[in-house]
Amino acid sequence: MTLALVDCESFYASCERVFRPDLKNKPIVVLSNNDGCVIAFSKEAKRMGISMGVPWFKVKKSYLKQKGQVFSSNFAFYGDMSARVMNILEGFVPKTEVYSIDEAFLDFDTLKQHYDLYDFGCHIRSLVKQWTGIPVRIGIAPNKTLSKIAINEIKRRNIPTSVLQLLDDKEIKNALKNTPVQKVWGVGRKLNDHLNSAGIYTALDLAKINPQNIRKKFSVVLERTVRELRGEKCLTVDDITSFKKQIIVSRSFGKKISNLKTLQPIVNNFAARAAEKLRNEKQKCSQVSVFIKTSSFNKNKVQHTGFRTIELFGPTDDTRDILSATKKGLLPIFKSGYTYAKAGVILNKFSSQKIKQYSLFEDFNNLKENSKFMKYIDCMNAYETQIYFASQNTKELSPMKQSMTSPKYTTSWYELPKVN
Amino acid sequence: MKVDYIGKISEENLPAIFVPYFLESVHAGFPSPASDYIESPIDLNKHLIKNGAATFLVRAQGQSMVGSGITDQAVLIVDRSIKPSHNSIVVATLDGEFVCKRLKLKPKMCLMPDNPDYPPIFINNGQELEIVGTVTAAINKF
Repeated sequence: MTLALVDCESFYASCERVFRPDLKNKPIVVLSNNDGCVIAFSKEAKRMGISMGVPWFKVKKSYLKQKGQVFSSNFAFYGDMSARVMNILEGFVPKTEVYSIDEAFLDFDTLKQHYDLYDFGCHIRSLVKQWTGIPVRIGIAPNKTLSKIAINEIKRRNIPTSVLQLLDDKEIKNALKNTPVQKVWGVGRKLNDHLNSAGIYTALDLAKINPQNIRKKFSVVLERTVRELRGEKCLTVDDITSFKKQIIVSRSFGKKISNLKTLQPIVNNFAARAAEKLRNEKQKCSQVSVFIKTSSFNKNKVQHTGFRTIELFGPTDDTRDILSATKKGLLPIFKSGYTYAKAGVILNKFSSQKIKQYSLFEDFNNLKENSKFMKYIDCMNAYETQIYFASQNTKELSPMKQSMTSPKYTTSWYELPKVN
Repeated sequence: MKVDYIGKISEENLPAIFVPYFLESVHAGFPSPASDYIESPIDLNKHLIKNGAATFLVRAQGQSMVGSGITDQAVLIVDRSIKPSHNSIVVATLDGEFVCKRLKLKPKMCLMPDNPDYPPIFINNGQELEIVGTVTAAINKF
């Protein structure tokens, strides 16, 4: 059994470079919403000491002094570039699982007889680079966990072709020996401390432990990881995207908010956006939660966090039901006298749209009309939100503080890249 | 104020470009004999874009390519998957900038503008030229 993990190299930074040829070999960082922290950086920026998640204000001065380039995040653009890359990969290997915006697993099982897999990987890499401008790394291995290790090895050993095949036992062992256990897929910081105190420091240490003991002492999930490190295949390449079980729409605010009159329409925007995502997933939910938070950075001020869950009468995907539940959740948790820095709406308890459960008190025809109504609204808002509910804030999804966003090169007719 | 009825919103997603196309004209007051002949609307994307994942739109600036029908502010369709050959119109990066010119591979490789007022661009030693893609069409708005 063989699969490949395709991983876009510093994806957001690479996207920014595609239409800025002047930034070749220059340091690039991309900031989170509201320009809070660094969420992506090129290898040139890494060499300058930039690390993942570092607050922007801490590194800003020295980074800009060294002529580093900085961008606010431009998700419309990154999303389009990601779709192009994934599209190309699916053209090569129909059984492709898009794992995140910049990673995909490809099932190489059927290709083995026909191609040299390493050459095939190199071919994919050069084509994706030529067609989209995005450089990718490709790790070929017997399973997902080892393909992640292969990608780490490409980074660690700085392999010039950016393609690595980890199929033979000796090579796998060597790679595991050089991988700290914290870098193993699924091992977080907490688990890492736990494993370290048990004398497990490298991926190889972990692989040597009897999976059954791992299950007893830790979890089934870690047992599966250990089995994969030993070369078994536990996770399959899933080309059918699994259904979401929860939808969260939340944002940190660019400007802090202290009054309900400003806060409520923004929380309603989150609710409307969540409802839209829900219908897009062809699901209905029967639970809505709302949360609000003051800034945890500001340690001198008194903090307040509010969270409230509202149960709905039956499963729904109607924005109006979700808005009214959101109101019921928000009003009791809002306390005046605080400045809020973040809020969010969470939808839970999903059931498929196809399964209908009728309430005793509701008219069947009414339900049908309502779902048509929402469909029309989604249709009108497909490209750009044009229709709002009266309780929403129509100016912006959430107050954002972004000042360094690049143009929407690939999704806006008015912002196309210019050529001379 | 006069309001025109444009039509109702379809439950399906509307195609990006909608140009109705009939094989026969429609006679009013009579059940349309054309109804059997309605073909799907012309989709400009389908005709102008072969490889969507590798195709980008860019906006041309200046007069250097007017001879090839590329006017200032024209939108160019650039396919990064098509390998350019001698005489292809290409988008390339030269000294950190995008340029659109005709690629000449002989007698000496150069980027050739299509306007007598502009000189050909020869690539000097140490200069870096990278071909981004081949221009397959230009859209000039009048």
